[in-house]
Amino acid sequence: MKVKTPSKLEKVLAAGHVAVTSECGPPRGSDPEVIIKKANLIKDHVDAINITDNQTSVTRMCSLAACIRLKLMGLEPVLQMVTRDRNRIALQSDILGAASFDIYNILCLSGDHQSFGDCPTGQNVHDIDSMQLIQTVRHMRDEHKFLGGADIERPPEMFVGAAANPFADPFEIRVPRLAKKIAAGVEFIQTQCIYDLDKFELWMKMAGDRGLTEKVSIFAGMTPFKSAGMARYMKNRVPGIEVPDEMIKRMADTPKEKQAEEGIKICIESIERLKEVEGVRGFHVMAIEWEEIVPEIVEKSGLYPRPSVE
Amino acid sequence: MRLQYPTNIKIILVPCTGKIDVLHILHAFEKGADGVYAVGCMEGDCHYNSGNLRARKRVEQAQKILNTIGIEGERAQMYNLSSAEGPRFAQFAVEMDERIRKLGPNPIKLAQKKAA
Amino acid sequence: MIVADKKPIEEIIEEIKGHEKILILGCNECVTVCEAGGKKEVGILASALRMYFLNQGREVKIDEETLERQCDHEYLEEIRDVMDQYDAVVSLACGVGVQFMAEKYHTTPIYPGVNTCFLGATEKRGLWTERCQACGQCILARTGGICPVSRCAKRILNGPCGGSDHGKCEINKEIDCAWQLIIDRLKALNSLDDYEQLSPLKDWSTDRAGGPRKVVREDVQE
Repeated sequence: MKVKTPSKLEKVLAAGHVAVTSECGPPRGSDPEVIIKKANLIKDHVDAINITDNQTSVTRMCSLAACIRLKLMGLEPVLQMVTRDRNRIALQSDILGAASFDIYNILCLSGDHQSFGDCPTGQNVHDIDSMQLIQTVRHMRDEHKFLGGADIERPPEMFVGAAANPFADPFEIRVPRLAKKIAAGVEFIQTQCIYDLDKFELWMKMAGDRGLTEKVSIFAGMTPFKSAGMARYMKNRVPGIEVPDEMIKRMADTPKEKQAEEGIKICIESIERLKEVEGVRGFHVMAIEWEEIVPEIVEKSGLYPRPSVE
Repeated sequence: MRLQYPTNIKIILVPCTGKIDVLHILHAFEKGADGVYAVGCMEGDCHYNSGNLRARKRVEQAQKILNTIGIEGERAQMYNLSSAEGPRFAQFAVEMDERIRKLGPNPIKLAQKKAA
Repeated sequence: MIVADKKPIEEIIEEIKGHEKILILGCNECVTVCEAGGKKEVGILASALRMYFLNQGREVKIDEETLERQCDHEYLEEIRDVMDQYDAVVSLACGVGVQFMAEKYHTTPIYPGVNTCFLGATEKRGLWTERCQACGQCILARTGGICPVSRCAKRILNGPCGGSDHGKCEINKEIDCAWQLIIDRLKALNSLDDYEQLSPLKDWSTDRAGGPRKVVREDVQE
């Protein structure tokens, strides 16, 4: 498979490896050590590291600065960018800024609504949506042009990703929606956390039947439960996440001190099963504020060592 | 039934308490009434389905406005009874009379006298 | 129509307490229908204010008037003869009426008596909901007659986002997900295939973003 960008992530996929990504949330402060420490915990076990963009609308150090920090460490960042906080001028400008530091991966998102965060009385922008951000990056990269039509000197070279939630409502448009993102130009997809493996496999099958899994690299999103309480919270409180009752029960039936261990076990079993699913090209391991556990999950799932690519 | 009830109550007949508006209640106070209460049918028994429920909401709204402008909201009240309950009618009148006597005269009436 | 909601009386009192001759001015159009600024609301506010000032031991003249509209010159002219009797006006019209009054009566302070909320419909008495944000480039033909600009919390043109939960919006379980409604309607119209058409970047220059807007119709001008 021919690559279109210098992205290491794209190269790993092109070489036919099952890719592994993880994510780090920037701190609520300006201390770079927080990002450096988190990145050091996982750097040898992943191909690229997503940096979240003011996730859940809580104000944090900007994703771009944290990505630059990773770049300075010689690591491969995935710049998450939400359309909530920036208009098309700022989005294009930040894309160029990232490109100037040779950041080669971007994840296009709409972002959680600001009412969930620390500035619920603020405005949101939503000048364009995530689908249109995908189009924007591809336009800048492939046509070497700004949205306004002018030429870009040294255009961005970015491998373009987006999120997909196989479980959100309404289910019937979940595959058409994926098709729409592919039509917009997306090249890789990181999914929402998967617990309902049957439903995910059904979604993959439906996508495969339409030939979509040939056109995009799908990363299965994995988040280990730290406790039975977290499992229940994910099921009941987080929109668009489905947790089967037997999984909740399995966590709840485990003694409290062993629950984290059980959560890791479930995660590893899930990865083992999904590795066999046609079209799954990688895993996105999101251990929320539990980054230190990522190496163990990657190793025990048989995804270690990570390949080196040129 | 020759029931006794306070003579200082002026009865205004309306076809249904649903006819009573916030504006009527406020105007009554503006014109010097010390208290205003509406007596409607039992809740659930309104001939027009929800007239008495609307009346209750409007009385509550009037109470809120009165409180905001410095007049005791409890000077406005809503009561319910069935048409066969004469003694209850008298009882409400007594209750209202006692409530208002405790509160004293409508401050607006006093202010108007002072201004005049 | 333009939907407005009543301002708290305390807030109005705070604004007008320095004046002595005040006109409460209602509007017979939208704000009457949404029971925020019609003749009845004028009466209630005026009565409450009269009692408030009396109770404060102050003599403040509070009069009531309700015009057919406050967004047309001819109706605003109807009160020109009496305007010199007042040193302030509380307008219960929408923000348009308040401003048009202020433009016409340049030396009289005009205070808003309502909060102007949105362009919406009466779902039932006491419940009004938003339908339009007047973006100036209607896309309803492409979205099954349901507007994602006004009805999606992120005004997403290619929705739904991941927060659509059992047909409701992630920000509030009482708000319908606009994109669920769009999809349901496309299905009812037997045109769900249209869902896969990418909606292009929107031209917001006809929206608020383009600055104050005007519609010029020379064909109907005199």
